Amino acid sequence: MIERPETAVPSITQRNLEGYVGFANLPNQVYRKSVKRGFEFTLMVVGESGLGKSTLINSLFLTDLYSKDYPGPSQRIKKTVQVEQSKVLIKEGGVQLTLTIVDTPGFGDAVDNSNCWQPVINYIDSKCEDFLNAESRVNRRSMPDNRVHCCLYFIAPSGHGLKPLDIEFMKRLHDKVNVIPLIAKADTLTPEECQLFKKQIMKEIQEHKIKIYEFPDTEDDEDNKLIRKIKEKMPLAVVGSNVVIEVNGKKVRGRQYPWGVAEVENGEHCDFTVLRNMLIRTHMQDLKDVTNNVHYENYRSKKLAAVTCNGVDTTKTKGQLTKSPLAQMEEERREHVMKMKKMEAEMEQVFEMKVKEKKQKLKDSEAELERRHEQMKRNLEAQYKDLEEKRRVFEDEKNNWEAQQRILEQQKLDASKSVNKSKEKFF
Amino acid sequence: TDIFSVLKGGGSTLLGYIGIDTIIEQMRKKTMKTGFEFNIMVVGHSGLGKSTLVNTLFKSQVSRKSAGWARDEKIPKTVEIKSVSHVIEEGGVKMKLTVVDTPGFGDQINNDNCWEPISKYINEQFEKFLKEEVNITRKKRIPDTRVHCCIYFISPTGHTLRQLDMEFMKRLSHSVNIIPVIAKADTMTIEERQEFKQRVRKELEMSGIEFYPQKEFDDDMEDKSDNDKIRETMPFAVVGSDKEYQVNNKRVLGRKTAWGIVEVENPNHCEFAQLRDFLIRSHLQDLKEVTHNIHYETYRAKRLNDNGGLHPISTNGTHDSNL
Repeated sequence: MIERPETAVPSITQRNLEGYVGFANLPNQVYRKSVKRGFEFTLMVVGESGLGKSTLINSLFLTDLYSKDYPGPSQRIKKTVQVEQSKVLIKEGGVQLTLTIVDTPGFGDAVDNSNCWQPVINYIDSKCEDFLNAESRVNRRSMPDNRVHCCLYFIAPSGHGLKPLDIEFMKRLHDKVNVIPLIAKADTLTPEECQLFKKQIMKEIQEHKIKIYEFPDTEDDEDNKLIRKIKEKMPLAVVGSNVVIEVNGKKVRGRQYPWGVAEVENGEHCDFTVLRNMLIRTHMQDLKDVTNNVHYENYRSKKLAAVTCNGVDTTKTKGQLTKSPLAQMEEERREHVMKMKKMEAEMEQVFEMKVKEKKQKLKDSEAELERRHEQMKRNLEAQYKDLEEKRRVFEDEKNNWEAQQRILEQQKLDASKSVNKSKEKFF
Repeated sequence: TDIFSVLKGGGSTLLGYIGIDTIIEQMRKKTMKTGFEFNIMVVGHSGLGKSTLVNTLFKSQVSRKSAGWARDEKIPKTVEIKSVSHVIEEGGVKMKLTVVDTPGFGDQINNDNCWEPISKYINEQFEKFLKEEVNITRKKRIPDTRVHCCIYFISPTGHTLRQLDMEFMKRLSHSVNIIPVIAKADTMTIEERQEFKQRVRKELEMSGIEFYPQKEFDDDMEDKSDNDKIRETMPFAVVGSDKEYQVNNKRVLGRKTAWGIVEVENPNHCEFAQLRDFLIRSHLQDLKEVTHNIHYETYRAKRLNDNGGLHPISTNGTHDSNL
């Protein structure tokens, strides 16, 4: 072991400036650059149909992303869960935001909802993979960031607790994306019911060790107080609406009931403003950072540890693998050789088997031929015997006939002799 | 106005007052003495306010939740059937009310065949009744545990019926009277409610699902017009509550939100009062009759045809109708 000589660790001393240098302008430069570049944000909404997801998106971004003509769940006939994305470009105060909303129609709507989370997981993974590939390319000028930065999960306001489907989904997605659970259609619940429900949900979330998105603590005390208040209100109970109603001379967005108007932006009625401020005004950048630093890195390390890399790619692994690249290569070569050997052995086996089969077949056909040969021979012999028999019969007949002829001739001769004798007698 | 004109309608004119009309009074006295049984089943996935609604309907703590079960009980892994019976009395009339609850329905991730335990339960009750009826020595009053009415709670999504709703109603509308209601109706504004109801009705019609009151069992024109009016407003959008609040110097049952109080019995707020009148005040007897004359008879015919008869049926004069 080579010992490095001890060098003095340079200490970082703080010095005071004697004049104005100007690097205090750095944040402004960063700001100007980012504004020019524009921002991207991908938001995913998941929940059963009829929980007000589309209305909430419209209310959050004050646009009609889901217009009245957009086919609602009543007209969509789905057999499986789809994942649809819609992009919209919004500009405000010179800052432009490319907002992508990913919707999951059909989630939880069927009678049998096993694995309805699979299309969602596949989508998130595919976006991470796209980013990984883009990052690994040689030419990295344009790297569009389509990774899902935040997933809003809508919980139905039953007032009791989480459903098995909710728990399953959140358990599977909490380490892939920032999950923010929301209580949908919160105007169904009275304030007391809402409190009980929130407590019950948080209890169950802790029981099942689900890691929902946590707001980071900042150094600022003021901000911390705000953050603590938000944490107490989790999960946020939201109501969505873009319909403007007049209440006490003021125009507010809300829902009109015979017994009153539920105002969307009233903090006493629901937590919509908290959600909007948190999502857009204060924590959008943090959501993107957590996605990039935590969820994406998790995906990346898992993916790269599993990939069998060739020589070219080993240079990219930043030492996150447990073995050195050369050892990895060696192991792979060994594996490859073993695989080849195994294939060879298998092929030999197959070959032997085939040869045996063919031999057997040939033997069989040989035996068959012999049999037939025997049979034909026997047939032939039988015919021969038959023929012999017939010949004998014929010979016998012939002999008989000849014998008969001779007798006849003899008789004739005798007869002619006697006639001659009698003739002679007369003369 | 006088008895003669009333009695003349039938045929022969009567020459004096006989007193046939007092039969109504006799029946009333008898019914009051014997009381009656009513079995109601509530089906719907958890969190739709089933127990609260039943409590509100019968203005007493009759649901399973009030009979000592914990509020945050875990969702059972399979559908269970739990029934709770109470005897409630009003105006001298006693009613044995049995509420059958179905916790676990529609709550799992995979809800295939979650209607089977319910179907089995309903048929079991028919079977029990059939066995008693077919006995040689029958009881004077056969205890009636058959389900007279099944209230199905539809989730107020605002869009359409869910697939599970359709499957359940399709399979059970022929063995029991199904009354669909829209639960937690304070989720929707009045316009949303109307649209939703229309869509639900259309869907039910297109799938051939007949809910109670079924069109084919209307006896006469009067019934038909009454029932038509009811069918136009079904499914009823209901809100349940067992808490009272003060509104305009009146104590009303309601739900207090930050923007107002939802009054349960106010017809402008929800249709609970209509459901209650329909279920209890006008069609209670009809529900029992349809269950006995139609659903039970269908079951009985099927059973006897399949089996070629059970036990010999004795011809023991008239037995007390327990309707």
